[in-house]
Amino acid sequence: MSGANTEGKRYFRRLSRYYLWFTACLALFLVALGILEREGMPRQWIGHLYMFGTIVLYATIGVVARTSNVSEYYVAGRRVPALFNGMATAADWISAASFISLAGTLYLHGFDALAYVMGWTGGYCLVALLIAPYLRKFAQYTIPDFLAARYGGNGDGRGTTVRAMAVGATIIVSFTYVVAQIYAVGLIASRFTGVDFSVGIFLGLASILVCSFLGGMRAITWTQVAQYIIILVAFLIPTMWLSAKFAGNPVPQVAYGSVLPKLAQREAQLARDPREQQVRTAFRARADEYAARIKGLPHSWEAGKVEAQRRLDVARSRNAPLGDIRTAERALLSYPRTADEAARLWTEERAANLARAQPPEPHADPFPGKTPEESDIRRNNFLALVFCLMFGTAALPHLLMRAYTTPSVNETRVSVFWALFFILLIYLTMPALAVLAKYDIYTSLVGTDFSKLPTWVSYWANVDKANPLISIVDVNGDGIVQLAEIAIDGDVLTLATPEIGGLPYVISGLVAAGGLAAALSTADGLLLAISNALSHDIYFKIVDPGASTQKRVTISKLLLLAVAFIAAYVASQKPADILSLVGAAFSLAGSTLFPALVAGVFWKRATHQGAIAGMIGGFLVCVYYMLHTNPILGGSADAAWFHIAPISAGVFGVPAGLAVLVIASLLSPPPSNASMGLVEHIRAPE
Amino acid sequence: MPIESTAMPMPPPPPSDPDRSAARARVAAARTQHWARTQRLTAVLLGLWLATWFGTVFFARDLAHLSVFGWPLSFYLAAQGSSLIYLAVIGAYAWRMRVLDRRFARLLAEVA
Repeated sequence: MSGANTEGKRYFRRLSRYYLWFTACLALFLVALGILEREGMPRQWIGHLYMFGTIVLYATIGVVARTSNVSEYYVAGRRVPALFNGMATAADWISAASFISLAGTLYLHGFDALAYVMGWTGGYCLVALLIAPYLRKFAQYTIPDFLAARYGGNGDGRGTTVRAMAVGATIIVSFTYVVAQIYAVGLIASRFTGVDFSVGIFLGLASILVCSFLGGMRAITWTQVAQYIIILVAFLIPTMWLSAKFAGNPVPQVAYGSVLPKLAQREAQLARDPREQQVRTAFRARADEYAARIKGLPHSWEAGKVEAQRRLDVARSRNAPLGDIRTAERALLSYPRTADEAARLWTEERAANLARAQPPEPHADPFPGKTPEESDIRRNNFLALVFCLMFGTAALPHLLMRAYTTPSVNETRVSVFWALFFILLIYLTMPALAVLAKYDIYTSLVGTDFSKLPTWVSYWANVDKANPLISIVDVNGDGIVQLAEIAIDGDVLTLATPEIGGLPYVISGLVAAGGLAAALSTADGLLLAISNALSHDIYFKIVDPGASTQKRVTISKLLLLAVAFIAAYVASQKPADILSLVGAAFSLAGSTLFPALVAGVFWKRATHQGAIAGMIGGFLVCVYYMLHTNPILGGSADAAWFHIAPISAGVFGVPAGLAVLVIASLLSPPPSNASMGLVEHIRAPE
Repeated sequence: MPIESTAMPMPPPPPSDPDRSAARARVAAARTQHWARTQRLTAVLLGLWLATWFGTVFFARDLAHLSVFGWPLSFYLAAQGSSLIYLAVIGAYAWRMRVLDRRFARLLAEVA
């Protein structure tokens, strides 16, 4: 025992040494790039260096950690120390969306967006207390493994039905999520290096594949630790700089408390400012115009089309400058093709203009509303969203899979602690970044002359022409920027922070590399979760139980390749509807898997039939609610129960799944002795 | 701690029969007690977790007027406070479970 212990310690020390070296090299790399930038190296090159440098790094770790041993491939040999498992989990967890968009969401939605911070971190309590230690004690390979062993006592004795359903849930949840990650890889690559979106996707894919294809869980774990370090450095450097600049204290989590009251004052001032009101009135007038046009359909559509054509003809006949003709042509081309499309587009435009006609909401006020009912609805939605994110987190297969990789149950418990610790290093900084950036924009950008806009505004306005990240238009023509004239996309905030704070471009590149690391690390974990479910659970456990270990790993690698290419292909089609459904993955995971997982440990009477019924019940309720209420899926928001938004469908799905599981279990014969024995075993201390 | 050495549910067979059944009963009782304590700990910590997030959100409007170091209390709790409490919950659980596990392992060693 003590021999294994000292060997574990030696292994831990060796790993720590490697990663300290890695961090030092990263620092050297940054300094070197900073010097090169001073010497006049163009921005494009810096972007390329980061992109290729990090991808080569991840691929190298993949090559070094390559393996074809089953235990190494599926669970990293079960010897990842708690601290490093926590780091890898944090990288697994911090997706492109939370790295790039969360700070922007907090900027745009103020208090409401804190639901993401509360929910995503709170889920770890459920993971630590209810699921992770028991999975480790069970000591197999995948989540379907556990469900099949626990609920497989009756029927054919192997739990094939439960296993297949768990695999289905794993794939549905993980696939939407991985498509979003790969999409983000393409977006970051194309914004920072100027390569084509699809080229960016396939470059990112190459690095994911080299890593997970060669070394499975083992390579992914060691890559993710490196990626976490990059994510952390990339996020903290600019935020600390900004914090020191505006609050005189380089610890943003502590410093922004002093900025909040100043921000609240400024918000109140801007809400009353007559020029702001002038701009808002202009937007309201535009919204009214769209309302009138929608009312006049279909005649207004025909009249508008004739008018657009006429303008083009006029421009051509009087030999107007080429720019004017182009503008007129574009207006005609983008004109809605049918009256129905016009109705949809104009309704959207009207809503967008109406939104911009609203005065700014106070950032730190919880649930502002015109009436108490409206305020209550917002509070209930906040509660529902927190609930779904928590229970979804506790049921995401790629995250739970990590519980299998530590040397002991105790290490698993400690590793969840470290995971949350490392996640909080980033997540507690996000609200600070949002407040600091908001204060800067409200005080120094608002009120500047249009001829003196800071360079970062014009730079980021031109990065993505189709979908501008920031746009400032002088609506009331007074030559001065008003808050209501700024339209900002949430994504730009994290990306532009270094420039807002006046840092060199090297740091901007680092932030992009951090976003890339966040997307790649999450994609790695998800792809492995999907391909393991297919190869281990479907192929090995159901199709060919006699397969040799060599064959199992080979099949797994081939499936990984196939899944990765399908996901990349889907992402390259820019599927807007899949991307908008990523939030829904949490509700689905929570409703389908959470009840069966927890009842499997804590309720001996839970049966095979109960688990199947509970999974189906939770899934159906969740999907029904989404289809029923999400406009993208053909539902209508008016159909919502208690005004709960479709993204929080899990608030109905999880209780429904639990209730169905309990009822069906009580109605079916008690589970077999084998299942009982398994429950006793996983509950017992080591 | 490697699993193989301590995960064995039963101690190695002692010499005489009455001794063995008594030892078995002791181990079984200790296991039941361990599980009962685990359940109680889990329930208490989950209660704290639930009170934290639900209380923070439900009473956010009432807490917004209080202020801590510049933050309105509700904003602070939602942005940092509740997450730090979660971290404490997980830390307390890992620490306490290790104590319980060690106590059980010591008893196993005694019986053997």
